[in-house]
Amino acid sequence: MSTYRTEILLCGGTGCRAFGSEEVKAALKEQLERHGLEQEIRIVETGCNGFCAQGPVAIVQPEGIFYQKLNAGDIPYLVEEHFLKGRPVKKFFYKEQAGAETIPVMGDIPFYSRQELIVLRNRGAIDPEKIDEYIARDGYLGAGKALLEMTPEEIIAEIKTSGLRGRGGAGFPTGLKWEFANKSEGEIKYVLCNADEGDPGAFMDRSVLEADPHAVLEGMIIAAKAVGAHQGYIYCRAEYPLALRRLDIAINQAREYGLLGDDILGSGFSFDLDVYRGAGAFVCGEETALMHSIEGRRGMPRPRPPFPAVQGLWKRPTVLNNVETYANVAQIIYKGGDWYAGIGTETSKGTKVFALTGAVRNIGLVEVPMGTPLRDIIFEVGGGIPKKRKFKAVQLGGPSGGCVPESRIDTPVDYESIAKVGAIMGSGGMIVMDDRTCMVDMARFFMDFIQDESCGKCTPCREGTKRMLEILDKITQGRGEPGDIALLEELSAMIRDSALCGLGQTGPNPVLSTLQYFREEYEAHVYEKRCPAKRCPELLEFMVDPDRCKKCGECFKACPVGAIQWEKKQTASIDKNKCVKCMSCIANCPFDAID
Amino acid sequence: MPKITIDDLKKIKEKAKKETSLRDGEATVKITVHMGTCGIAAGAREVMDTLLEELAESGRDDVRVVNSGCMGMCSSEPNVTVEMMGREPVIYQHMDRNKMRQVFKRHIMHGEVQSNFALARMQ
Repeated sequence: MSTYRTEILLCGGTGCRAFGSEEVKAALKEQLERHGLEQEIRIVETGCNGFCAQGPVAIVQPEGIFYQKLNAGDIPYLVEEHFLKGRPVKKFFYKEQAGAETIPVMGDIPFYSRQELIVLRNRGAIDPEKIDEYIARDGYLGAGKALLEMTPEEIIAEIKTSGLRGRGGAGFPTGLKWEFANKSEGEIKYVLCNADEGDPGAFMDRSVLEADPHAVLEGMIIAAKAVGAHQGYIYCRAEYPLALRRLDIAINQAREYGLLGDDILGSGFSFDLDVYRGAGAFVCGEETALMHSIEGRRGMPRPRPPFPAVQGLWKRPTVLNNVETYANVAQIIYKGGDWYAGIGTETSKGTKVFALTGAVRNIGLVEVPMGTPLRDIIFEVGGGIPKKRKFKAVQLGGPSGGCVPESRIDTPVDYESIAKVGAIMGSGGMIVMDDRTCMVDMARFFMDFIQDESCGKCTPCREGTKRMLEILDKITQGRGEPGDIALLEELSAMIRDSALCGLGQTGPNPVLSTLQYFREEYEAHVYEKRCPAKRCPELLEFMVDPDRCKKCGECFKACPVGAIQWEKKQTASIDKNKCVKCMSCIANCPFDAID
Repeated sequence: MPKITIDDLKKIKEKAKKETSLRDGEATVKITVHMGTCGIAAGAREVMDTLLEELAESGRDDVRVVNSGCMGMCSSEPNVTVEMMGREPVIYQHMDRNKMRQVFKRHIMHGEVQSNFALARMQ
């Protein structure tokens, strides 16, 4: 047996891979061998570490040093300095902003220190392709306890005590859902996992599957025991190749140890599961459509009742939970429902994972206790808005959710409080917007998404979202007419009340919530033909204001078609015949001088 | 017959925990090998190799080995600093394979400071 003195935990999540972490790994390996350090220092490839914006990232243990933005070219220097001579390299340390003090140790970085990890507890700490490393951190002990020491009723009671609610968005109490399925008559029952994550900007489930796939498997084993199922399916979208690969590896390793299959751990209980690859339709995240898809039929929703707990997959009683929900289960069983319920608010227990993205400094995956104010997530964990812009609003819950404006930024994140301000918790997408975002254009984007993804089965959703998109197109292109806003509201109410499934019912939410908080922006577009955020090109004049122009020439450098005339110490001007309205000048003007 | 039982699972856990203890295990001893250019030239690599061999043999998972740069006393390299929880740090000088082995077996395992090799006691 050889002992390593140092471990390099290199992030191999999709985000860091896109930044080149595979090349970094190869370079590290080569350099460690060159210096003869491969027996002393081990490289461990982990799943998503969460700090995606700074990728590729690595943590060096035992010191806990956090390196960011690594690249293969700098690795020879890094290996020689730190791993051979013991001098950690400052150049790759984190700092909050340019010129600030560097922070070498991971636990001291505010992005990490403000988080509370339950679902993501193993992220960046284990190799997700090695089951032993999962077991080292209490893995499968929850399943062992559930299978060997507990009855199905006791498991359900424990989950009820924990107060766990569905993390896919709707927030239905998980214990209650399991109880319904447990009480349904039937020899054959199924346990399903919804990994068809599709909200724009959301990547929580992908990261959990990539970083800690066994946590999801273990949760499903416990659910199977609770409801009396012996077969499960994970419905994962085909666009997640790395998550699918790690799931396959995890399932095979669990089978080898007999943690899936017959007579698990000698308990007499048998359960196995398979992965089903989704073909890429957003609506298949809806539970009944998802089941249709697994059955090999076209992914379309059906009316409920009967609910899946009574009649689900192949008309058998079925439990369907989201990836994040399952990832909580094993720890609840292992540590107890009371332990879990100790975190969070009166009605929302535990933690929630958010994919923090948009106009925020620290883009990445964050897990915070329920009840944390939005302000803390965006400004402390997220590090605030970059480029000295102002915060405008944050979109929660993707295309089914709503926006929360600055006046409501102290809202705590729990299911009820978020609903009260017109948004939804959703699956955890959190898109931060600065003052350069046009709220009408944002609503238009989501409506475009919804009408594109509408399956077409019911008329309100198929036709209604199309008409709403047409009106929003008109408004953003400067052809809005009086009455358009009222028509949007009427259509919204009608679709919400009459669509067949959640996709249609919640589809108008982005329009409704932007109308609630930013009605004056709609009115400016319709009546004044003006876009206050300067995002809608049809409504802009592309004129340089000589008072605000500081003659810096940034717009001149940015223009791709040579439509801007400028010389040193001269105010710029735009030739409208050449201008293609690409917005490059407006985006690059530091003084907001172009209207 | 089940493939593994709950006791097997716990055994796997203990073994894997030891192998990954660098990440979150409790450390009570920290051994620093000073590996600046001067240290490496004077033989710090061999000292490090010996230390890791001893550590592997001992099976201890609460000992952290780190390397650091030159501490400014190049003439006394290779230097090794031993910090044990609740005790003052000790710096050893002119280390080699044999001295390292002795320090590990006596000082780390039994708490006997090998003052013959010590450079000084840090205040």
